[in-house]
Amino acid sequence: MKSEKTSNLIQSILIHIVLIILALLILLPIYAIFLASFKPGGLLVQYGLNLEIDFSVMSFDNYKLLFSGTSDYWIWFRNSLIITAISVVCTLAVSAFVAYGFAAYEFKFKQAAFLIVLLILSVPFEVIMLPLYKQMTNWGLMDSYVAIVLPFVAHASTIFFFRQYLLGMPIELIESGRIDGANEYSIFLRLIVPIMKPAFAAMAILNGMNAWNNYLWPLLVISSNSKYTLTLGLNTLLSPYGNNYSLLLVGSFFSIVPIFILFVCFQKYFIEGMTAGAVKG
Amino acid sequence: MKTIKKFVYNQKVAPYVFILPFVLSVLLFWVVPIAQGIRLSFFNTLQEEFVGLKNYTKIFSDKIFLKALYHSVRYTIGTLILLLPLPLLFATMLNSKLTSKTAGFFKSIYFIPALTSVVVAGTIFRLMFGELDTSLANQVLNALGGSSIKWLKMDWPSYFILLLLACWRWMGVNILYYLAGLQSIPADLYEAASIDGATKLQQFTHISIPLVQPTTVYVMTISIYAGLSMYVESSMLWTGNNSPMNIGLTIVGYLYRQGIEKRNMGYACAVGMILLIIVMVINILQLIANGTIKVGKKEG
Repeated sequence: MKSEKTSNLIQSILIHIVLIILALLILLPIYAIFLASFKPGGLLVQYGLNLEIDFSVMSFDNYKLLFSGTSDYWIWFRNSLIITAISVVCTLAVSAFVAYGFAAYEFKFKQAAFLIVLLILSVPFEVIMLPLYKQMTNWGLMDSYVAIVLPFVAHASTIFFFRQYLLGMPIELIESGRIDGANEYSIFLRLIVPIMKPAFAAMAILNGMNAWNNYLWPLLVISSNSKYTLTLGLNTLLSPYGNNYSLLLVGSFFSIVPIFILFVCFQKYFIEGMTAGAVKG
Repeated sequence: MKTIKKFVYNQKVAPYVFILPFVLSVLLFWVVPIAQGIRLSFFNTLQEEFVGLKNYTKIFSDKIFLKALYHSVRYTIGTLILLLPLPLLFATMLNSKLTSKTAGFFKSIYFIPALTSVVVAGTIFRLMFGELDTSLANQVLNALGGSSIKWLKMDWPSYFILLLLACWRWMGVNILYYLAGLQSIPADLYEAASIDGATKLQQFTHISIPLVQPTTVYVMTISIYAGLSMYVESSMLWTGNNSPMNIGLTIVGYLYRQGIEKRNMGYACAVGMILLIIVMVINILQLIANGTIKVGKKEG
């Protein structure tokens, strides 16, 4: 019995060593950019990114630059916030509405329509990127946030997740609504939406992160500097016209901060949102 | 007006109203663009003339496209080799009784890279793998007795960086997927096996691996999808779509170059269709392989 205890202890120590090494490796790049956010940009060009700590060159200058408001950083930040908010609200509303249709009713073509949801889940967006870009140009929607948000409001994986969630809802809820004389839409709004709160939280985070970090589609759609999102803006800091490493470093680091704070507060929903769908396969 | 209202409120009609936004969205943003993409792929859009299958025949002798295809496939295979077994292994460790108190902490740490955008992550990796002696990667290399490498100017080192970036961003998420899969396996299976004298390793190969297969299929699917359509990672490492000797060029990078940079929309759409066909074929093969789609024999 005693030897089993010691062997357990050794195993536990070994496992923890492996897990700690992995944790350190994962944190390393974040730590590197955190350190770099205190170093002058010129130094980075000269020496590259490393983990050296030299207090004689490190300062809060980059942060002063960031918060002084002389750059467009906060405009990009605000734009990203606006786009993220709009796309989360629209995507959740539309996708929940559609998912309820799939979960609550039997109707003709239901199987076929749902098959399309599954099919779209497996087509990379990049395949339709160019024709969609052309179509947005034809409709005169280029350089607008509508073009960024609209094509994705009926979001296949969000619909799929909501539908899975709603399949577990009590049928009596709908029946009781009907007996009370409520119409189909007010049943959805008054009775179903309230029970979907946890699902909304998970999907808000998934869609919010996607919108906040989205790069390729906004890159194609947005052309005017005043409408740039954070990812687009950060990327322009390195250009043939001049590199602004100081702002890039502190700006990159700071772009993680709001998401990180949300993550710390709503960890459960982050993990649920990101891993949605995996269990059901 | 009243009749319209009555019609929409009808219980038989309501489901169609509910799925209407989806149907419209699919038509406008998927069916029309794909149809348009197919149509354009038969045109030389620079000269506005119909060229039939010429774009497609040209693709298969286009050395740069084949190079891009090779890079995308190589990247996808690399991510599959790394991002399936390793996360399963780490998830098994986190699922063990020995880590029951610390698992939550590790899970949160491992998840952090998934919060960063590719733009930020790619930039960090580009700077860590700079060619100077003082960049982090070369410092490590020098400390181990090697000499500095121009990481992003050579083929295999840059492939290694792309894989490392993929591992950094997705390891934690895949661990969580596997953890969810492992936790759905009933604990008494392990107990029974352990009473029968099965070792931890045997339990792992005979219980864990077969029973997390749905998770494996899911992770495989998203890895193939993401691997074959990878572009932004590469464009961040090389600050744009141009890498020395095209060592970082991928299918989507080539599609972007042809369609947006060279305005050769017809050819780019043909590249897009090839990508669509590849992804669809792999998806169907995979569904057949794991039994979701039955070929020939009926179940029973």
